[in-house]
Amino acid sequence: MGKLSRRNFIGAAGAAATLPMLGGPAFAKEKMKVGYVFLGPIGDYGWTWAHNKGRKQVESELGDQVETIYVENVAEDASAIPVMRDLVHQGCKIIFTTSFGYMDQTIQVAKEFPDVKFEHCTGYKRAKNVATYNSKFHEGRAVLGTIAGKMSKSGTLGYLGSYKVPEVVLGVNAFALSAQKQNPAATVKLVMIDSWFDPPKEAAATETLINIGCDIVTTHTDSPGPLQILEQRGLYGFGQGADMSQFAPHAHLTAIEDIWGPYYVERVKAVLDGTWKSADTWDGFKEGTVKIAPYNKAVPADVRALADAVQAGYKNGTYNIFTGPIYDQAGKLRVKAGEVMADKDLAVIDWFVKGVESAA
Amino acid sequence: MSLTFIIAAIVTIVGLTTPILLAALGELVVEKSGVLNLGVEGMMLIGAISGFAVTVITGNPWLGVLGAAAGGAVASLTFAVLVLQLNSNQVATGLALTIFGSGLSSLLGLSFTGRIIPVFGSIFPASLARDPILKVFFGYSPIVYFAIFMVFVVGWFLRSTRAGMILRAVGENDLSAHSIGYSVVGVRYGAIAFGGAMAGIGGAYFTMVITPMWAEGMTAGRGWIAVALVVFAGWRTGRILAGAYFFGVLMALELYAKAAGFSFLPSQFWAAMPYLMTIVAIAFISAREKTGSSAPACLGKPFLASS
Repeated sequence: MGKLSRRNFIGAAGAAATLPMLGGPAFAKEKMKVGYVFLGPIGDYGWTWAHNKGRKQVESELGDQVETIYVENVAEDASAIPVMRDLVHQGCKIIFTTSFGYMDQTIQVAKEFPDVKFEHCTGYKRAKNVATYNSKFHEGRAVLGTIAGKMSKSGTLGYLGSYKVPEVVLGVNAFALSAQKQNPAATVKLVMIDSWFDPPKEAAATETLINIGCDIVTTHTDSPGPLQILEQRGLYGFGQGADMSQFAPHAHLTAIEDIWGPYYVERVKAVLDGTWKSADTWDGFKEGTVKIAPYNKAVPADVRALADAVQAGYKNGTYNIFTGPIYDQAGKLRVKAGEVMADKDLAVIDWFVKGVESAA
Repeated sequence: MSLTFIIAAIVTIVGLTTPILLAALGELVVEKSGVLNLGVEGMMLIGAISGFAVTVITGNPWLGVLGAAAGGAVASLTFAVLVLQLNSNQVATGLALTIFGSGLSSLLGLSFTGRIIPVFGSIFPASLARDPILKVFFGYSPIVYFAIFMVFVVGWFLRSTRAGMILRAVGENDLSAHSIGYSVVGVRYGAIAFGGAMAGIGGAYFTMVITPMWAEGMTAGRGWIAVALVVFAGWRTGRILAGAYFFGVLMALELYAKAAGFSFLPSQFWAAMPYLMTIVAIAFISAREKTGSSAPACLGKPFLASS
């Protein structure tokens, strides 16, 4: 089977290589194709929904020159490989693979098709034709932590995580540190549910956090389920990945929105111009990749001002929540006073800050 | 640990348990009739979207539950036609039903993503349902009481009614039941449809009670726990109730252990616990000849009357 598919691939690659030579001018006016590999359904109201919004922006801004193709619900295993190959065979010149678990598959397929550009989201493996991109979600978490620290009555905050990966750890730390700036005694109770998406378990975990005394719960899992529980209990929380206020009009204080559109447009343009280069992009508030949804009317004016100041600080580069002194859970000084953690250290972080109570 | 804390924990456990209990009761009746339907997960998903869709359209959650039962039953009948009429392999057909159900529910759900539905009000007066202590008895969705009620109905039906004994006879020895004039295929159709309806209501508990919304793959593997639970319980109704709550307690324990910061076990271990306990229980049961033999004798075998 492996032999057969390799032969097929060589044949197809050969055909792809000769086609432009045969009919060069005839193909010149064809629209360039752009491929997307999506983790979930485009209607998940979270991660994939946000990436699809970015894809739509490419269509609307460059629609006269490019055409986009996407595949939903692609598992993070070997089955992603034929999906990527198929997108190449359909003529895609640039392919965005939008989840961490596609990392090795992207590198493998990229080796087979050196003329096609690949962009892998949240990974760290690059090649000549593979770039990586990510968002500084943790900058948004600093805004949420500021609001939560100021608005929590109990000072006990809940945090629902998925897995102990750097992206999640950064979010937890940014949230805890910024909450402690408002309320030095604030603690964060952390529960990892070992899944990105499991609404009943997310709901039960939220109930658990409420029961042990949390009055504000934030999530790094993808469903609006926890917000619905908080709405029922008259407590507060935040949307993840997208504005989820329709699911919890009272509980939804604000949300971190992922804005991928401008990056996608820029990178697709670069392929059109022939200026595309492999790079590692990690953007945040400043570049517009992280955005905060409108505040709920339950957020008082003074809290809004604090939250706005954090956003403004990130935009003009004067604020960084990972500025020392920072202590870890065991009370050990990890970042000296006045020092700022470098991006390369943030990208591999695996320890929680003081005040985070977790079993992970 | 105060009383209100314990009561809040019990409320969470009931929420985790109810959908599994409903689906497992349905599957028990199916297996007692001699049919193994591994499509519980698929039927739950179809029930979940059917119930949600009917509630969106009619605005009435009671009709939504009926829609969920109907959706699950219709899905199960596709399985019934294949295994009863065409004698296809039950294991393979059940797996196909799970895959089919997850795909069909995604398709049906496309236009219902992001919609909001009216939820059940309490069937008891608010003074009882909202009371921090008494809510442990009165504070649940009507589906929770229905699930407990069905434990007794199914137990009574299988043990004490003529129809229940016929169903068991069909499951224990289909040829004998056939030779004394009972319709094996007819009984099994009924059992499968009942199993589908119960799985459908179990699925609707996710989309209509716990988190009233639709998202693809909402049931997240609970259907498989229900299938395991029937074996775990040794095909006995009372043990299904106990087993379902045992699983519910384990799942809640995982979350409480994590939230309380118990770090002596990695979190993955807690998450694997219900499955681990299933394997242990199955091994334990099959090691004991007497309980092991409580599996219906004709389970999973096609019925070939003409031979």
